[in-house]
Amino acid sequence: MTGDEKHEWAAASTIDVLWVLYDKVLNVTPATADDPDRDRFLLSKGHGPMAYYAVLAEKGFIDESTLDGWTTWDSPLGQHPDRMLVKGVEISSGSLGHGLPIAVGTAIGQRVGKSRGRTFVLVGDGELDEGSNHEAIAVAARLNVANLTAIVIDNQSAMYGWPGGIARRFAVEGWQTAEVDGRDHEAVFAALTAPHDRPYAVVAKIEKSY
Amino acid sequence: MTTMRQAFVRTVNEEIDRDPRIAVVTAVISSNEFPQENERVVDVGIREQTMVGVAGGLALAGLRPVVHSYAPFLVERPYEQIKLDIGHQEVGAVFVSIGASYDDPAWGRTHQSPGDVALFDTLPGWTVHVPGHPDEVTPLLRQALKDDNRVYVRLSLHENTQAYPVGEGFTALRHGKRGVVLAVGPMLDRVMKAVDSENADVTVLYASTIRPFDSDGLLKAVRDTDHADVMVVEPYLEGTSAHLISEALQLIPHRVRCIGVKRHAELRNYGTAEDHDAAHDLDVVGLGSAVRSFFRG
Repeated sequence: MTGDEKHEWAAASTIDVLWVLYDKVLNVTPATADDPDRDRFLLSKGHGPMAYYAVLAEKGFIDESTLDGWTTWDSPLGQHPDRMLVKGVEISSGSLGHGLPIAVGTAIGQRVGKSRGRTFVLVGDGELDEGSNHEAIAVAARLNVANLTAIVIDNQSAMYGWPGGIARRFAVEGWQTAEVDGRDHEAVFAALTAPHDRPYAVVAKIEKSY
Repeated sequence: MTTMRQAFVRTVNEEIDRDPRIAVVTAVISSNEFPQENERVVDVGIREQTMVGVAGGLALAGLRPVVHSYAPFLVERPYEQIKLDIGHQEVGAVFVSIGASYDDPAWGRTHQSPGDVALFDTLPGWTVHVPGHPDEVTPLLRQALKDDNRVYVRLSLHENTQAYPVGEGFTALRHGKRGVVLAVGPMLDRVMKAVDSENADVTVLYASTIRPFDSDGLLKAVRDTDHADVMVVEPYLEGTSAHLISEALQLIPHRVRCIGVKRHAELRNYGTAEDHDAAHDLDVVGLGSAVRSFFRG
């Protein structure tokens, strides 16, 4: 499988969760993209952003015509998203293991600023191999960053898997957790809107990709 | 006697009460120096990657994070986080290190960081301060805390006997005709002693801010001499500023001698900082020899 094909799989893995997030969960629109009280969505797993761009286009953050030229010299859309080039993109990502630690910081910043906004971060189960995630999982729980939701797209791509399941890895650190069929929009919505008073991890299970 | 580290702690603790933007992120080291009850003070434990990631997130949320640790753990270990979570996100932060190149060499190579400024040099947009005296720390930090840019402040146990006014440009402390010596931060006193010991008729420039590099200041100093010979003495990896000196003097035939922590081998000796200074020719004897040979004739 080529790199491009892997990214297509990555996009296919995230498309349903991304749609539910932007269609029903996130309190953010193109008009409020800079509002301190907005919800912030951080695509940590920057791979396969085609799904992300498509959802942003559908919701009016970017012009749909922009999609055609993606990855070309003049296009703001690349194989990994750049927050300085695309309205509504909260972080530039691509290198794995960065989004969750940053999300802990944005969520603390929202808390300090008395913002009504929440932080959502999407990571992949393979991405969780990166040790920086486990630093952040521990810190978020110790500091009780309750306005933080981590969504793990579990397409079983982690090299060695997670004994006892991914949710357990978060739960032992003190996170509230849920597991859901990542293709079931109603179930995803219910999980993402469940009340929580601790950092919250939603593991969205997807069919095995590669 | 106040150390640079004490000046840093005092300044940040004063400013955090005044400015609601300021946050502090630590990874245990020095964390007890900051008010843990303040929600803008975050200690992440011994997790340096997350320390920098959290700082990036705080900056994205509108805060002004101060990120602090021992130099190798602040710069080398989370280098990709500095590159991506701060720089690539186009946010600012104030990084403050202690330990310098080898402030405590008895702790061995793991606690030495002579390459820190060279690493920041690979990334665009960083201001780098290398104060030479505790009294230079506070004004440099106060300005950094007010701004939104990316700043690295490199503190050291080694210092000059006297502070000089801080600013972005180099300060000319002596004027001569045989060439120019640029002394960075704590190197100044020993450079002056070396120049005096050799009766060298050189201009001595002092820099507590080395990035941005004061190319105009260097060029002017060189033009006021009879020889375009420049010696730069830096307390970190030798030659770190060589490319900027070459760029500043590109239209003038010139000679450059770079002195700093040697690159050719990893020094495995413990000992004292003074022992290491001597090994790298960064003591008065070594610098005097370099001045004598470079400015001969």
